[in-house]
Amino acid sequence: MQQTRSVEAGTGLFVLLGMAALFFLTTQTTGSDTFSGSDTYQVTARFQNVGSLKPRAPVAMSGVTIGRVTTVEFDPESLEAIVAFEIDSKYDKIPEDSDASILTAGLLGSQYIGLQAGGSEFYLEQGSEVQFTQSAIVLENLISKYLFSSSSGNATNSEN
Amino acid sequence: MTGIFREIYYTFLDFLETFGALQLFFLRLLANSPSIFVRRFRLVVHQVYNTGALSLVIIMVCGLFVGGVLGLQGHSNLSRFNAEDSVGTFAAFSLLKELGPVVTALLFAGRAGTALASEIGLMKATDQLSAMEMMAINPLRRVLVPRFLGGVIAMPLLAAVFSMTGLLGAHVVAVSLLGVDPGAFWQQMQTSLDLRDVSEGIIKSIVFGIVGSLLAVWEGYNAIPTAEGVGRATTRTVVITAISVLILDFMITAIFI
Amino acid sequence: MSSDTIVEIRDLDYSRGHRQIFKGLNISIARGKVTAVMGPSGTGKTTLLRLITRQLVPDRGTILVDGVDISRLSQTELFRLRKRFGMLFQNGALLTDISVFENVAFPLREHTRLPNRLIRHIVLTKLHAVGLRGAADMMPSELSGGMARRVALARAMVMDPDILIYDEPFVGLDPISMGVIVRLVRKMNDALGISSIVVSHDVQEISTVADCSYLISGGTVAASGSPDELSNTRSELVRQFMHGMADGPVPFHFSAPNYAEQLLGRDTE
Repeated sequence: MQQTRSVEAGTGLFVLLGMAALFFLTTQTTGSDTFSGSDTYQVTARFQNVGSLKPRAPVAMSGVTIGRVTTVEFDPESLEAIVAFEIDSKYDKIPEDSDASILTAGLLGSQYIGLQAGGSEFYLEQGSEVQFTQSAIVLENLISKYLFSSSSGNATNSEN
Repeated sequence: MTGIFREIYYTFLDFLETFGALQLFFLRLLANSPSIFVRRFRLVVHQVYNTGALSLVIIMVCGLFVGGVLGLQGHSNLSRFNAEDSVGTFAAFSLLKELGPVVTALLFAGRAGTALASEIGLMKATDQLSAMEMMAINPLRRVLVPRFLGGVIAMPLLAAVFSMTGLLGAHVVAVSLLGVDPGAFWQQMQTSLDLRDVSEGIIKSIVFGIVGSLLAVWEGYNAIPTAEGVGRATTRTVVITAISVLILDFMITAIFI
Repeated sequence: MSSDTIVEIRDLDYSRGHRQIFKGLNISIARGKVTAVMGPSGTGKTTLLRLITRQLVPDRGTILVDGVDISRLSQTELFRLRKRFGMLFQNGALLTDISVFENVAFPLREHTRLPNRLIRHIVLTKLHAVGLRGAADMMPSELSGGMARRVALARAMVMDPDILIYDEPFVGLDPISMGVIVRLVRKMNDALGISSIVVSHDVQEISTVADCSYLISGGTVAASGSPDELSNTRSELVRQFMHGMADGPVPFHFSAPNYAEQLLGRDTE
């Protein structure tokens, strides 16, 4: 009987440890629970070009993540991309005229939305649209712009 | 020429037959599982102890070192792109989605699978299973189902423990030894991982638990009841489980992407 | 069928793979007696036991237990039938992961809902009967071969079976242990009114306990009768077996090509 009891105790310990590990993995390695639930408000913004922005990308202000992108869609009427994102309700004093731009984390990192505070006394709320936006910087465009500007100069030379 | 085709044909037929028998065996285990789980819970507990608790040390040691390697490799390779801070993400992705379930399944096959197969094979070789049948006790219910269930329950927990200790190992190497900022280590990980990634790992470990336990019990039960037969059954358990786990891993990953 | 026959085997055919093991086998086991089934190694004595308890199914023929054809039983009826059998396996077949006490208690715990005190009582009684009450707390791995078999006997007895089957109970035992088992076989049979079937090739031992013997050879009954009748028979085969002669109808040499020719290497071509 002594032996059975220690077996049962060992099993209990093992299962508890396993459960704790599962709990740890689901809560501590993912950030998903930070903005889940009802404590967020939805905001949209229109961009000429979203680059490679994806749902679940972070929304940051002064480098601190305050929200998350929920959807990225194309509007066939205005021919623009509409990005919806949710912001933690804690941050309810973000000026209405704030500026949203799509930035890149690191040189080759994933893209996120950076909010730059404006000066308005009205604040963003559920359903607002951010008016001032700046599109993603697409590396190819940048390179080709640079190439063209320099090659056009060369072209006049070589034409002579 | 026809000889070769005939050979292939019969090999294929043989394979189908074994595969079908394995499925039927699986169904019989499943059909008997609920009642055993409810009425003979103690037997199941005993097997969770045998397959799970007794494998814990090996799992934790391996997890710690695999995590440590990920910390080292991640740091040295990511620092070329000035992205050492992503080492947490790198380690977490590798551990949660792949290494946790797969390495645990392989260790499980080596530690618990062989123990199961040889135990059952030996019980068969020493007439213990026949003796039970003679006592009007169905060995499938009394011996096989509790062992199967024990493995199925233990495996996801073991995989979770493996991943957790792995992260700990990566943390120790990257943060304590190589000087990565601990905030960056965890924050980067948390922003790039979501529940879907975690659940992919959990689903994999559940599938591997079922397959690993099923194959171990099957090989033991179908072992040739001699010393040699039992030895061969344990070897086959490891080999077949490893192959099945790697193939299934590929398939599940493909589904999730 | 008379009421003093408890197991009746009629025209039994059984083959494993291409090898025919039994062909037209007829045996009847008397109620309340010790019946011995003897035969040279490899004649399928153990197979016969497995057929009687329907761990194997015959190709042809019928096996009646108490007048009931066991091939027609459903799974539940079969399990009920098996509870009437107690079987002693060659090496005891004790469950290695539980103690001697739990081994004997095993069928009770599985099949009954008796209170612990009563189980304890029954188990200790059975262990006492085989003289091993003192070994109740030992593990099977700590027992000698003879002791393991006695524990297995106690376990086979614990459900109070009608028929006790012994598979090679004397193999590999020292003379003292063998004597103990022989005595127990007789004692269990007479004291409890059980019918016993003993499969063995230990002619000397079996002759002292058996009321009736069957000698199986070549898939059928070669001879039957009391041990005395068997040893005084004229049949060459029976005499060879009963007296342990090396050569006879069962040849010393396994069939082989001509010795001289093989030595001279002529058959290798």
